[in-house]
Amino acid sequence: MHVKMHEKQIKVIEGNKCKKGVEYALEEVLNPRRVLTSSVLILGGELPIVSVKTLHPIQKEKISDALAEIKRSVVNAPIRSGEIVIKNVADTGINIVATKTVPRKRFLKLNQRRC
Amino acid sequence: MIEHSVDVAVIGGGPAGLAAAVSAKEHGADQIVVIERNSWLGGILQQCIHDGFGVEETGKSLTGPEYAEHYINMALQRNIQIMLETMVIELKGNREIVAVNSNGLHNIKAKSVILAMGCRERTRWNTMIPGTRPSGIYTAGVAQSFINLQNIMVGRKVVIVGSGDVGLIMARRMKLEGAEVVAVIEILPHPSGLLRNVVQCLEDYDIPLLLNHTVTNIEGKERVERVTISRVDKNMKPISGTEKQIECDTILLSLGLIPENELSRMAKVEINDRTGAPSVNQELETNIPGIFACGNCLHVHDTVDMLSIEAKKAGKSAAEYITNADRKQYETVIHVVPGKGVRYVVPQRINMHGKTELMLRAKKPMEPATLQVTANNKVLLIKKLLCATPSSMIKVDIVVSREVFVSRDVLEVKLIG
Repeated sequence: MHVKMHEKQIKVIEGNKCKKGVEYALEEVLNPRRVLTSSVLILGGELPIVSVKTLHPIQKEKISDALAEIKRSVVNAPIRSGEIVIKNVADTGINIVATKTVPRKRFLKLNQRRC
Repeated sequence: MIEHSVDVAVIGGGPAGLAAAVSAKEHGADQIVVIERNSWLGGILQQCIHDGFGVEETGKSLTGPEYAEHYINMALQRNIQIMLETMVIELKGNREIVAVNSNGLHNIKAKSVILAMGCRERTRWNTMIPGTRPSGIYTAGVAQSFINLQNIMVGRKVVIVGSGDVGLIMARRMKLEGAEVVAVIEILPHPSGLLRNVVQCLEDYDIPLLLNHTVTNIEGKERVERVTISRVDKNMKPISGTEKQIECDTILLSLGLIPENELSRMAKVEINDRTGAPSVNQELETNIPGIFACGNCLHVHDTVDMLSIEAKKAGKSAAEYITNADRKQYETVIHVVPGKGVRYVVPQRINMHGKTELMLRAKKPMEPATLQVTANNKVLLIKKLLCATPSSMIKVDIVVSREVFVSRDVLEVKLIG
């Protein structure tokens, strides 16, 4: 696909194979967004971190602020996939949700061995 | 030995194994066990925390763990037995499996077996990158598992060798976790991964992609200190005089994936020399009756969506093998071979006339390309494609007439530019 710009204004869009292409080109050029995926520290869980994602794509410029917020966050087990971990990340209006279910860590009884 | 008797034994609890198990249940198999060496199901998907999975299948772009959870729930809901932290150590031609876990040794007698062991990463020693052997050299997938499963950061200043999707995804992951990603080195004149990943992993983060380059030396005493890269000619040979050094403390190798078939070979399953994986018929059955193969251990897939479709077919075949429903098979077998321009074709054998789906990959990028399937001089299919590239699997349906089937001619699949 080709998009011709002139001073931040789109002049021509051509080469798209379907209607969605035009929508995509407009977004990519004027207001590029990305789904951000990362991981958040989780306490007391079977895993040390829980994978997360922005529920919707956020503006590219907001990515580093969002990452900083993710880095500062800590959650407690248990966490269900889909649960909100950070509300309105970096003031984007978009939530960050868990993408994995992490149960509470079960401690083994004294007479259970794992070899 | 703890004895078990099952209808279907699935080796591997990743996306292929799970989809195959669910499908086998839906097609009438009753006692199904999935044997998985890790302490979790979902295989490699659990460390693929990025999105892009399931778009074709569900319409939504899911992350790896979300896609995995979908299939794990389906398997559990259908009462499929799971053995975790269980390693299969022997597969026999009579479909008996010996496996070991903390409860001891298990002997599993299965009416049918589905191979779903996935694939492994090519290591430094597959390509013999010269130099010292310092710490800090990882295959990209291992680095991904350290970061995404164990919360361990693998390095601060990284060079990535190979621009396949795993390497591209890891370039972004390392950057997002605060590392300096100095460059991605690619020996070919074009990136190996999806364009979407080149944009969203490299361009978005200003990570340089050095095409037509290869790593010719690794230096460092205890830890990686630098790499030497060279430009290559059109035969992929380093051009002397073009050497450059890049300071780094970590190297991620993304050199390609190899189907894992140690168990297949042990059971004397016939291996195809082009795929390095079991040779199968249109039902995804290997040369050993009742042993089926699917997923990345059969051939590496581009998307998990396509992999799941294939795995479901294997599950159906494995179930029908037992219930014997509608199993019209003939003694005649015709062979399907990759001809000009084609790296490999799956399936490699057809033992029934009628409609069959072929999956293949091009040897090199071609634009445009014409796909031709011929039997002796008879043309079964001619299809014009806008382009063909090794990184995009091509799927086509062909119809094998009774006439062609009975003639036992070899089916040749060609891609002509």
